[in-house]
Amino acid sequence: MSAHASHAPKRSGIADWLTTVDHKKIGILYLIAGGIFFLAGGLEALLIRLQLMYPELQVVGAKTFNELITMHGTTMIFLAAMPVIFALMNAIVPLQIGARDVAFPFVNALGFWLFFFGGVLINTSWFLGGAPDAGWTSYATLALNQYSGFGIDFYVLGLQIAGLGTLIGGINFLVTIINMRAPGMTFMRMPLFTWASFVTSGLILFAFPAITVGLVLLMFDRLFGAAFFNPDAGGNVVIWQHLFWIFGHPEVYILILPAFGIISEVVSTFSRKRLFGYSSMVFATALIGFLGFMVWAHHMFTTGMGPIANTLFGLATMLIAVPTGIKIFNWLLTMWGGQIRFPTANLFAVGFIPTFTIGGMTGVMLAVPPADYQYHDSYFVVAHFHYVIVGGLVFGLFAGLYYWWPKMFGKMLNETLGKWNFWTFFIGFHLTFFPQHFLGLMGMPRRVFTYLAGQGLELGNFISTIGVFGMTIGTILFLVNAYVSAKSSKRAPADPWDGRTLEWSIPSPPPEYNFAQTPLVRGLDALWVEKMAGNKGMTYAEPLGSIHMPNGSFLPFIMSLGLFIAGYGFMYHNYVVVGIGMVITFGCMLMRSLKDDPGYHIEPDEIEEKGVKA
Amino acid sequence: MATHHVNAVLPDEPEKATLEGKNKILGFWLFLGGETVLFGSLFATFIALRDQTNGGPTSQQLFDMPLVALATLLLLTSSLTSVFAVLALHKKDLKKMQAWMTVTVILGLGFLALEIYEFMHYVHMGHKMTSGAFGSAFYTLVGFHGAHVAFGILWILTVQLQTVKKGLTVVTAPKFYVASLYWHFIDVVWVFIFTVVYLMGMIGGKVG
Repeated sequence: MSAHASHAPKRSGIADWLTTVDHKKIGILYLIAGGIFFLAGGLEALLIRLQLMYPELQVVGAKTFNELITMHGTTMIFLAAMPVIFALMNAIVPLQIGARDVAFPFVNALGFWLFFFGGVLINTSWFLGGAPDAGWTSYATLALNQYSGFGIDFYVLGLQIAGLGTLIGGINFLVTIINMRAPGMTFMRMPLFTWASFVTSGLILFAFPAITVGLVLLMFDRLFGAAFFNPDAGGNVVIWQHLFWIFGHPEVYILILPAFGIISEVVSTFSRKRLFGYSSMVFATALIGFLGFMVWAHHMFTTGMGPIANTLFGLATMLIAVPTGIKIFNWLLTMWGGQIRFPTANLFAVGFIPTFTIGGMTGVMLAVPPADYQYHDSYFVVAHFHYVIVGGLVFGLFAGLYYWWPKMFGKMLNETLGKWNFWTFFIGFHLTFFPQHFLGLMGMPRRVFTYLAGQGLELGNFISTIGVFGMTIGTILFLVNAYVSAKSSKRAPADPWDGRTLEWSIPSPPPEYNFAQTPLVRGLDALWVEKMAGNKGMTYAEPLGSIHMPNGSFLPFIMSLGLFIAGYGFMYHNYVVVGIGMVITFGCMLMRSLKDDPGYHIEPDEIEEKGVKA
Repeated sequence: MATHHVNAVLPDEPEKATLEGKNKILGFWLFLGGETVLFGSLFATFIALRDQTNGGPTSQQLFDMPLVALATLLLLTSSLTSVFAVLALHKKDLKKMQAWMTVTVILGLGFLALEIYEFMHYVHMGHKMTSGAFGSAFYTLVGFHGAHVAFGILWILTVQLQTVKKGLTVVTAPKFYVASLYWHFIDVVWVFIFTVVYLMGMIGGKVG
């Protein structure tokens, strides 16, 4: 062992962030990159709503409007929501299961950089001849060369690269949760957020390959003259719809399940009660994940699949309301009789419950095929999915950020600013999207860049645009809050919320090895069990010893950069550039295989120096 | 902490002796689950488009049983030889393992050569990626599999060469094991390609 007890090369500043394989730092990278894309997607939303504020405006015009709606959807789903979810999963899941790191730290870094370069590639389209403009669903034939611009190539290649990153991230978390749990941390003792991350990772694993294939087919059609979606040469456009939604529907559960997990943690902690119906919560999470794969064609009721298929997919969709209802009642019953506190995290969690329920209800309405023929492609659909994705997922992410911020950064967020953040965002959200239900029922189609006066659409659109300002103010307040907290010199305590789970048993932020000694888990809500037994902290499963850590590496960054370069080569039909990019990527893979990383060890005396009691 | 005892006696089932090894094998099984969806999507696309020849040659006119049967024989045999290699791994017989892995690679190269010949032959007959939906679907599905075989060959060679220097250890053993899992997987995919693409294509008749 002594031969390998070498120390990590000390990298600092930017080199440290480019090479890190520490899940806590990768979580912060995901949060920053996802946050920047969130701001970009938010700016796009603001422009969309300004264009629709009054009838027949020409704020951005039709072409730019198409680009804005496409990029808003694509950015928010793939480049903002997914990474912020991965940020929290990275920062928290290993801590919640008592692990020192994820199963594949190198792959973890690679997943981040692939997502990052994929996202950058898509967004460079704004400066290189126009953004993708066929909607975030990019349906063929609209997305083929004949009908759409160069931007779709950025969509196809950027999402392919980012999707690869997400896929390997999902595998990493599955293996981490299966293999890396601390002694005593059985599956049915795992915190709900870890369970949700587990099921979400499973969905990623089985859903993302479908979009990979869809994007490959679209790429071959656009770049190499294949005929998958070209009806003139025997192609079939419905294949794209199927592949997209076989991925796309599980994707919405990939997004919402982690939010369910966050809400479960937050509601339970701030009610000072064990989560009501823990096993039914786990069961409901798994069932939603399973049913999520059975319902993709409810996005295609009007495609012409026939009454039998429509009925079955409609019924399967309605079935999902059952496990979701179980969850909602469990949260309510967790609060029932609890000692409820309302810091910002819990405000967002409690705001989430009714908002998400409204989104779920309109979802069941949309699941009825004959009714869907009326709602299809109208603002009713826009209102529905923003209620579940913003009112559900984004509220959940805000709750999670306020809750875990001290654990991630070692500083508390300001509660006064937080409350302003919540109320402006919450009221702004409902102002924006509640009227859109009625706009849709009155016949306003989605994805139109303007509308005529005198059709009863003015008031709803005007209120909707006003609401966006509320959400904008809320978002700015959050940024101000993050800045104020970074500038403050007050350190967060290890356990600011009187927490129940393992992450609150270690310092904020945790040392690079997380747990000086692996904890012994003796029940659900592992830390709470010890608190109730009158113990000061966790019982340990091992004596203090030397800790093996992986070395940082530039390879994940360079490997992703290679694919980024190759992506441009494909788009501009320059196969020398493709070759260079591929050589970089495969060369890095080869180096990774040939050169073993012995890692380094942190010895017990160093652990004690850092102020962790042995 | 005993994760890097390179010089110690090799434990039984060295591929699963360390947590890193166990993680690798589990992660790879999961990856193969994702690959199954990938090929499932490609198969579904192919089945939907296989009759859309767009005036080009049909599968009955194209496919040649002896050639495909030979390719199948080579690939199935290579799966067997990779099993022999893993058996040798479990007996900690590095020489025998390397020998069987080399046979696997040679058989894989034979398969790949036949496939390249086959594709060139088809292109000559007017069956191309751009000739119609059937062509696009055929080359994408079978080509994806071929690319997997090519990658597998390079991968196994990389592992073989580094093991010459590093020897059989708890670090290199999982690499062999995982590469052989991969090799079995592309073999299983070929069984489906042989059935769905070639046999069903030669017998003719529409599906459904």
